Amino acid sequence: MTIETTRRRFLATASAAAGLVLVPMIGARPALATPADVALKIKELVGGAQIRKGLIKLDLPVLVESANAVSMKVSVDEPLPKDRRVLSFHVFAEQNPLPNVAHFHFGPRSAKPIVTTRIRLATSQTVVAIAKCADGTYWSDSVDLLVALAACLD
Amino acid sequence: MRALINIPKTARKGEAFEIKIIISHPMETGHRADDVGRPIPRHIVKELICRYLGDEVFRAELHPAISANPYFSFFALADRTGPVVLSWSDDKGAKAEESMTITVE
Repeated sequence: MTIETTRRRFLATASAAAGLVLVPMIGARPALATPADVALKIKELVGGAQIRKGLIKLDLPVLVESANAVSMKVSVDEPLPKDRRVLSFHVFAEQNPLPNVAHFHFGPRSAKPIVTTRIRLATSQTVVAIAKCADGTYWSDSVDLLVALAACLD
Repeated sequence: MRALINIPKTARKGEAFEIKIIISHPMETGHRADDVGRPIPRHIVKELICRYLGDEVFRAELHPAISANPYFSFFALADRTGPVVLSWSDDKGAKAEESMTITVE
């Protein structure tokens, strides 16, 4: 963690210095999040609980042509007993300016834990989705994708 | 903050029905600069809540990584005829709410 922080600070300082020359031309570019930032967010979310692979499915294209609106579907298809019903989905992007993408909560009137939306991606990276179940278990899925034309920073 | 909302007119009791919404909103990330290099402040929808018969179906907490004009689709369980209410709010304090009725047979 400390190594990452130092590195980010260094990059921020370095880019600020470079920015003195470059800002008038290209504008300020934010530092991107790192996989460590996402790992920290996930740790905050799950506490000490173990995260298992499976159950949840994250659907994203592997090759993204225009990253301003990428279709994303998060779902749990198999029927679950009531005491294991899905309470929420949490989506994180490892190299967007901010690690949080969205958090989806399913209430008592939800029919099934499926959500579709559109997201932005700053660059090629890994997107992680976590499902939180009522029995205290956590499940994850991730997609490594290649971005041809980036969003967020234009 | 106008929105296009799509729900079926009728549904059968015990069946899932899909709710779709597109909110007209720039979802400005706060990471961009304008033509002369001034930062453009963040302006995003923070939260979307859907209730059916007064109980929560779906709640989304949004961040700048959600695309402009945010779109969501999700499913509610048909129980009886009643209101489906969608409400959302942005980080400048703007709020909106739309209600429609689904007939359950």
